[in-house]
Amino acid sequence: MTDIRTALQQRILIIDGAMGTMIQRHNLQEADYRGDRFRDWPSDLKGNNDLLCLTQPQIVKDIHRQYLDAGADIIETNTFNSQRVSLADYGMESLAYELNVAAAQLAKEAVQEYLASLPQTTNDDRQTAFVAGAIGPMNKTLSLSPDVNNPGFRALSFDEAADAYYEQVKGLVDGGADLLLVETIFDTLNAKAAIFAIRKYFRETGKEPLPIMISGTITDASGRTLSGQTLEAFYTSVRHARPLSIGLNCALGAKEMRPHVEELSGLADCFTSAYPNAGLPNAMGEYDEHPADTAHFIEEWAKEGFVNIVGGCCGTTPDHIRHIAQHVRSLAPRPLPIVEKELTT
Amino acid sequence: MTQTTLHPYLRLSGLEPLVVRPESNFINVGERTNVTGSKKFARLIRENKYEEALSVARQQVEAGAQVIDINMDDALLDGVQAMTTFLNLVQAEPDIARVPVMIDSSKFSIIEAGLKCVQGKCIVNSISMKEGEESFIHQAQICLDYGASVVVMAFDEAGQADTLQRRIDICTRAYRILTERVGFDAQDIIFDPNIFAVATGIEEHNNYAVDFIEATRQLKKLFPLAKISGGVSNVSFSFRGNDPVREAIHSVFLFHAIKAGMDMGIVNAGQLVVYDEIEPQLRALCEDVVLNRRADATERLVAFADTVKAKGKEAVKDEAWRGASVEERLKHALVNGITDFIEADTEEARQKYPKPLEVIEGPLMAGMDVVGDLFGSGKMFLPQVVKSARVMKKAVAVLTPYIEKEKEERAARGEISPAGAARILMATVKGDVHDIGKNIVGVVLACNGYEVIDLGVMVPADKILETAVRENVDVIGLSGLITPSLDEMVHIAREMKRRGMKQPLLIGGATTSRTHTAVKIAPEYEGGVVHVLDASRSVTAVSSLLQKETGKNYLRDVRAEYEALRDQFLGRQRQKVLIPYEEAVVTKERFDWRNYKPVAPRVNGVQVFRDYDLATIARYIDWGPFFIGWEMPGRFPEVLSDPIFGAEATRLHHDALKMVETIVAENWFSAHAVIGFWPALSNGRDTIALQTGSGTVHLESLRQQMKKAIGQPSYSLADFVRPADAANDSKESAAQDTDYMGAFAVTIDGARAHIDRFAAEHDEYNKILVQILADRFVEALAECLHERVRKEHWGYAADEALANDQLIREDYEGIRPAPGYPACPDHTEKLKLFELLDVTGNIGIELTESLAMNPPASVCGWYFAHPQSHYFGLGKIGRDQLEDYAERKGMTIDEAEKWLRPVLE
Repeated sequence: MTDIRTALQQRILIIDGAMGTMIQRHNLQEADYRGDRFRDWPSDLKGNNDLLCLTQPQIVKDIHRQYLDAGADIIETNTFNSQRVSLADYGMESLAYELNVAAAQLAKEAVQEYLASLPQTTNDDRQTAFVAGAIGPMNKTLSLSPDVNNPGFRALSFDEAADAYYEQVKGLVDGGADLLLVETIFDTLNAKAAIFAIRKYFRETGKEPLPIMISGTITDASGRTLSGQTLEAFYTSVRHARPLSIGLNCALGAKEMRPHVEELSGLADCFTSAYPNAGLPNAMGEYDEHPADTAHFIEEWAKEGFVNIVGGCCGTTPDHIRHIAQHVRSLAPRPLPIVEKELTT
Repeated sequence: MTQTTLHPYLRLSGLEPLVVRPESNFINVGERTNVTGSKKFARLIRENKYEEALSVARQQVEAGAQVIDINMDDALLDGVQAMTTFLNLVQAEPDIARVPVMIDSSKFSIIEAGLKCVQGKCIVNSISMKEGEESFIHQAQICLDYGASVVVMAFDEAGQADTLQRRIDICTRAYRILTERVGFDAQDIIFDPNIFAVATGIEEHNNYAVDFIEATRQLKKLFPLAKISGGVSNVSFSFRGNDPVREAIHSVFLFHAIKAGMDMGIVNAGQLVVYDEIEPQLRALCEDVVLNRRADATERLVAFADTVKAKGKEAVKDEAWRGASVEERLKHALVNGITDFIEADTEEARQKYPKPLEVIEGPLMAGMDVVGDLFGSGKMFLPQVVKSARVMKKAVAVLTPYIEKEKEERAARGEISPAGAARILMATVKGDVHDIGKNIVGVVLACNGYEVIDLGVMVPADKILETAVRENVDVIGLSGLITPSLDEMVHIAREMKRRGMKQPLLIGGATTSRTHTAVKIAPEYEGGVVHVLDASRSVTAVSSLLQKETGKNYLRDVRAEYEALRDQFLGRQRQKVLIPYEEAVVTKERFDWRNYKPVAPRVNGVQVFRDYDLATIARYIDWGPFFIGWEMPGRFPEVLSDPIFGAEATRLHHDALKMVETIVAENWFSAHAVIGFWPALSNGRDTIALQTGSGTVHLESLRQQMKKAIGQPSYSLADFVRPADAANDSKESAAQDTDYMGAFAVTIDGARAHIDRFAAEHDEYNKILVQILADRFVEALAECLHERVRKEHWGYAADEALANDQLIREDYEGIRPAPGYPACPDHTEKLKLFELLDVTGNIGIELTESLAMNPPASVCGWYFAHPQSHYFGLGKIGRDQLEDYAERKGMTIDEAEKWLRPVLE
């Protein structure tokens, strides 16, 4: 398999689009989510998309395959909420490890089946595809109090978050993920707990550390994360992860994300990524930006040399990814910056 | 594509970044949030007065600290707990949390506890090789796991470095370990080569400052990327109690240390004196001590120090706002989230205002409006807003006992039964965990005296509705941020209907919208569904809903608004389906003509009114469209208290009223009108025949052709006039068989001269103002005249007695549609109207070739008197009607098409 760093220096890589949007298309019902195994589970399970890795693996694998066919070089495991803090909503804390293993295996299988289906040419740069273990933001924040009357209160401790992420990382690695992707970061302290867990995991196991992708979320007009950090402050706060890439996803469409991607491109000493939503939600809360439009915006950034990895988040589909892939295929990736060794004024 | 160049700077962050560049000169690290250095801070923490302790931190930042040092090393404190509590609180204060934190402790457990609280990149102060390499590496590793930079003390197994050489040796060893074995970037290493007290009277101490400065110089040469820091106040320790001398020593010391390469220091950011401004004699004496220039330096400075009168120095905090009015101070405190004075200020306001509740409704809400505005425009962000809400809560807490007392007193006097506060149930719907916005709304509602029951997040419909019934709540508020929550809200609305609930339902949250609420949620539930954009609007909505008198009107308005939105949305969505014109004629609106008694107009033919009284007209002005004209949409007078442009709207309204006064007083305008009435009958289709003195005039109207629900008529203005065949059927006499119609034209002349005058003076504001007011005057004249027509000239509603707002709401009988407007979009009918009334001859309005009226402030229209006549929009018409209409009008198809294009498919 080509090393991802090598691939990133040769071309812009494509990361896949939304999993949730694609799952929605199947219009799954409570019973579908439960499958046989969880038929008698005490809480509602509809909407627990990560669980489908166990109960409807074929659907998940098929979505991965659609994205690979569309041109994705990196596919994300269906594990956005697969750590025990978020899984507690369903009383499924004990399934955290298993879900991550299963999800990573599914994605790997999808990649292998896809690669096997390709014609055997030797110089096709798409003879490889990477599985990124998706590590989401959790449903509780470490920097914000859920109780406005008690701003010092925290619904979750750093140690709880780090332990939950550790278990997730272990599952993703054991399941065969090629990369780890800490994404949709609303609160940088949650991301720091994930980074803490990743570093600890590889130090304790002595395994070769997997490359880490980090992707934050700028939530609104203030240009800050939900927890109030500016983009540069955010990057400064996570740079110790020595990430393979730093980037942005979610909350904004490609159009709104542009200035932030540009700023990040000027700051980052690693590769940059961006996978926006399919525009902003319309009045009905649906994402309706056309694949060609999303691709058009992303192509423009890519021409400017802002990005190394592009793809889609909420509302994007294999169609979006196909358009994006076509539009950036011939464009040069952002060159890594020169990092000086000495101080100059 | 150019390749970026990045520099190996020390980069730190709070909510904002701090980059230490060579040209950054010197980074001030605030020292007052340190229990070992500040007695006041130590006392505050020991007494659990964290709010006040936060003001110490805020004061440091305001005074220019670029990093704040936080230290909780006190034998009487649980350091881990104190550090955690304080840092968590700091994170909720954006004006403090914007700077990076230096976590300062001699206990590593406290440092790690601190690292777990801060999202930004911190500095750990400090680690050292005091307990050997292994422990040093372990601690450094942990610091790196949290992404912190480290201060390395020049300390090893043998003790603290007190000579120049040991300082260099220990720092060199630490640097190697950190960069080569732990993996630190050189720029993340900050040396503290030990600042010790000089002028202690002990000779060995005299060279301490010189050694530090020299160590700094050499370390910067050896490790140019690493940084040098130190606790500056140590150097003057022997002069404690004599601040002026201490400050002078600090300043002199820093002057030389910074020249040698010192990058940052822990200082009292508010108290640094400028080197050049130290009194020259004192400066020279300090320099002798710091640089160890003469043997008697200490004695000389000590002798001088006794003569220096300690002048108390004010904290350099910007307290100018304290001098403003109490309203301004409350606003400042809310916008800046400052709780320090809120209680006293609220108390002051309470004494100033007649009722405690007015303090909330007045200055406090005004402040919250500013917050909402800044938040909406991205100038404030969430943590600040939450903080403002907290200030609000504190203020309300001051007022609550008085409000309660007042209530009790009123109750005792038997005035009003003490109804409990209205209850609002709030929940983030099932499947959604986002509740920050909901919390803000909850706080703001609670601040306004409502009892808020918050069920939290991921709440199933059942639980929400059961609680609502059990707790007998007055309003239910649902929140959600993600898309599927929208469906859940629809589900809840449906459930509410099924359960026969009556409470109004408020919808809020980031993905919700007015349109979605109108289209998807409101139709599911009849108890009232209102979308609220933000916290400040939720208060308006709830208070409007819960007022007995206005609640129904408010809901009715909202319903009407949503219905319009729904029509608009569905209209855009759906391909229009038209029914054949003949089918539309058959499904016309039918009235009970047998029992209808047309009233004969008291005026026959045409009547002209020249120079209509302006003062009378002014009383009929509808201010709503006036503000729309200024792009300030909203109902009047609510627009004046609009959170975003309320202040501007109020100012504008004030200016407009003044101009209206002048217009009336100085007769800027002249108002003319002409009206006429004629016997009329329709042909049962779309033609109305008017009997004028000079023969019959046929008016042609257009009929809706959109496909409607079964039983819904296809409207046409002609339906509002008695059909000739209905008249024939009647057994009544011929005179009573006929129906009537009227027409009018009104104009405001004279505005042009003033518009031109203001334009010449480059006074755009007054130019637009007079222009918009001319429009308002002509509309007011039309309204005023219509009233007189109903009561006098036609007299079909002689007993009508309506207030102005009822007039604006068109509560009266009969309509006055204008050619070219939705019910009758064909402008060419205006030609007939002009001829019937001799508009141009009588009042001077002229028609342009596209049939616009000049002067522009002119209105004309038809009068229909039927009590069930109403306005409607024609919508699109089909080819079949176009052909029929062209024939009726005697136009070619092309000509008819030209005039009717907007309504053609």
